[in-house]
Amino acid sequence: MSFVYFIFIPMIAALLIPFLYKKVCGIHTGWFVLVIPVVLFGLYTTLLSNVQHGESVTSSFEWIPSLNISFVSYIDGLSLLFSLLITGIGALVVLYSIYYLDKTREQLHNFYVYLMLFMTAMLGVVQSDHLISLYFFWELTSISSFLLIGYWYKRDRSRFGALKSMMITVFGGLMMLGGFVLLSIMGDTYSIRELIAIAPELANHEWFVWSLILVLLGAFTKSAQFPFYIWLPDAMEAPTPVSAYLHSATMVKAGLYLVARFTPIFASSEWWIWLVTGIGLLTLFWGSFFALKQTDLKGILAFSTVSQLGLIMSLLGAGAISFHTGIEDNSIFKYAAFAAIFHLVNHATFKGCLFMIAGIIDHETGTRDIRKLGGLMSIMPITFTIAMIGSFSMAGLPPFNGFLSKEMFLTGMLSIPDFDFFAFDTWGILFPIIAWIASVFTFVYSFYFVFRTFTGTYKPDFLPKKAHEAPFGMLISPAILGLLVVAIFFIPNIIADILIKPAVAAIQPYLYSSPEEIDIHVSAWHGWASPELWMTIGIIVIGFLLYWTLSKWQPMFEKIPKWFSLNRIYDKLMDLSETGTHRFSSLYMTGYMRSYLIYMFTAIVVLTISTVFIKDAFDISFAMLAPIHLYELVIVLVLVAGTITVLTAKSRLTSIIALGSVGYSVALFFVIFNAPDLALTQLVIETVSVALFLLAFYHLPKLNRHENRMKFRLGNALVAFGVGAMVTIVALSAHSNKLVRSISSYYEDTVYSEAGGGNIVNVILVDYRGFDTLFEITVLALASLGIIGMIKLRLSKKKEVNRNENK
Amino acid sequence: MEIVMCFVIGFLFMAAVYLMLSKSLLRIIIGTGLLSHGAHLLILTMGGLGGSSPPVVAPGVTDYADPLPQALILTAIVISFGVTAFFLVLAYRSYQELETDNMNLMRGTEDHD
Repeated sequence: MSFVYFIFIPMIAALLIPFLYKKVCGIHTGWFVLVIPVVLFGLYTTLLSNVQHGESVTSSFEWIPSLNISFVSYIDGLSLLFSLLITGIGALVVLYSIYYLDKTREQLHNFYVYLMLFMTAMLGVVQSDHLISLYFFWELTSISSFLLIGYWYKRDRSRFGALKSMMITVFGGLMMLGGFVLLSIMGDTYSIRELIAIAPELANHEWFVWSLILVLLGAFTKSAQFPFYIWLPDAMEAPTPVSAYLHSATMVKAGLYLVARFTPIFASSEWWIWLVTGIGLLTLFWGSFFALKQTDLKGILAFSTVSQLGLIMSLLGAGAISFHTGIEDNSIFKYAAFAAIFHLVNHATFKGCLFMIAGIIDHETGTRDIRKLGGLMSIMPITFTIAMIGSFSMAGLPPFNGFLSKEMFLTGMLSIPDFDFFAFDTWGILFPIIAWIASVFTFVYSFYFVFRTFTGTYKPDFLPKKAHEAPFGMLISPAILGLLVVAIFFIPNIIADILIKPAVAAIQPYLYSSPEEIDIHVSAWHGWASPELWMTIGIIVIGFLLYWTLSKWQPMFEKIPKWFSLNRIYDKLMDLSETGTHRFSSLYMTGYMRSYLIYMFTAIVVLTISTVFIKDAFDISFAMLAPIHLYELVIVLVLVAGTITVLTAKSRLTSIIALGSVGYSVALFFVIFNAPDLALTQLVIETVSVALFLLAFYHLPKLNRHENRMKFRLGNALVAFGVGAMVTIVALSAHSNKLVRSISSYYEDTVYSEAGGGNIVNVILVDYRGFDTLFEITVLALASLGIIGMIKLRLSKKKEVNRNENK
Repeated sequence: MEIVMCFVIGFLFMAAVYLMLSKSLLRIIIGTGLLSHGAHLLILTMGGLGGSSPPVVAPGVTDYADPLPQALILTAIVISFGVTAFFLVLAYRSYQELETDNMNLMRGTEDHD
């Protein structure tokens, strides 16, 4: 089976959705859509056994063969894990959306088309082995996510959130493309597998760190890491199924996928380990701290997503350390990669479930504001149960899967100070401390989320709707996810063998030749002596105390000054790019033709004169000059005098006459310099031109007919002098450096024998170079036609006449 | 002679540019007229001002003026005439419609749409 084609199934199905929506009105369109992720999920599960034995499935089809660009689907443990998440949670989200979105009021065809587009994009991202097709799908996720966030496009907040996420993720995507291009030049291949194979050579390349940082920018923006997380809370304006799918389980994990996928290439670099681990941990802390400031249910979940993504990111960074130490003592860092993947799966389950819960509460009570909610436990018992499972798992309590991955996280962080490279042995001690504090906050906001919503007093007056339990269909998806949360706790090693070990083997291909070699056994119980247990107990005790006193210290968040926020920086940046560039362009785009002419002339003068002097091209040669005669000098004087008169004339009439005198002296020059045809033409044309000038002059409107001398302006004079000097310098240098002889002797020799004429200029015009003349005739014809058109056509006048008649 | 002409041409260019930077439409067109005179003389000068007789075949003459620049200038004169005539009529029409020849008043405004 060629798995590369399966990527495109949702996209092709998306073409049919609008027809189904229009034709089959009785049935919710979602039911048709549901088939696609379910079928794909089934297809991908058939690969589980292959992948478990370390095999991978590759298939491709060529896109642009001449540029070596193709779609390559490479399914190994990591890709398969993600593909299953995308299709599996996709199916649950589609099921949920069938009950969440009303089929009469919502534009369902739009929704499902965008969603299917997104599914294709995500499958493409995680399966692509080709850098360019990976980038292609990557941007497709950005675009479809933009469409989904702006689904309720009549709301301002939706459009704002969509734009913000678009700006940030596309910025990162473009940076990533830069990194990819550098990588493909360094490695001379587009294939990620081939790049991994030559990773040690790449590490010595001078562009290595650049490509690393650029690729990381792509991953950090997509996965909402510090400081790029700001788009995620604003993306909560999307319909809740979208938030559950894109902004918790799949799209935001594309960045994690990217980091995991490129770890074998970049892990040898100190930069990679520090950046991924450090930024991940910072995001973890920042997100968990600010989650408590939120009052919107989805806002809390957005910040918690940010924080959990940071946790996985830091684990991936710690997992990269295993590339550096010897086989004996690196066992602990293998844990980190394993924990990262394990937590990724766990997070997808409990966060998807919690988002759906938030959607149910919104749907059944009409608000997501946690200050208005409370006491829903007895009204919505099933929802409460599921919410509690999700939250406790998020807080890291047994018997839920979050507990297991949190224990492994603490194990990984605790072992970082043991690593004695890159200053980790001195600074590394900070890592477990920050991780522990962040875990305490995670515990607090998990409790805050579930207990503020479901316990306390019921406030029916604040709620827009009368609260009641959600319909059965809406509860199916969160219930399945909730069951998974519990099930994974009890059977972690089965999940590990099937899904996680193959993925870890893909991240750390140097350590294992097949997934079966990974000797990690997940256990819920480490014994009393283990530090992780005591840390967890500490988290629970301190976290519980903090939650207990939450109302005392939560107002502290209000005291954080308004300017201390990354959103503010983003707003300022956007504002600057709008008003700043507008101000900048109105600074130099004055609308006056004079300014633009000055820019052009100045640019030409500066470029030319500096080129002449930098290249030392200026030269005056007095050889081969024609002699100077007195009458030539007289004509020069006449011409110069005429020009000065033009410049200084008070009336326009004088300047036109003076222009005529300049034209006639040019004609006299032509006479002196043996150019009879030119002289003839020049005389005639100068006469006609002067007549035309007088015509234009005569028709000046009366009100503006005051005559005045041109005012002297120093700026204009300087520019004009520069142009004149430039022309003189270039003319002198060009005249002094004649490199080849003129070809005119050929014309002189053959004018009679070949062309049968005596006037060489005329023969050149009509015989040797007749084409020029043809088009010069065309120019004249066009000019005369244009003049006729300008004078005869009066469209605007006619319109006015019509308007008057209508009145 | 060529060196003198280089300076004359430079002067013509200077005057032309100065006029083109003024705000009266008619002066701008006069400036373009001067500019084309300058350009034509420049072509002639760069072709060399030597040669003792016009480029018309005559018995016993060998030292012709270079015919090629002359042919080029002839073409250029005609084209610049066509363009100048067009511009003049354009200026004349804009006087009629806009009732001004001041370039600063013809400037578009920010809120023209």
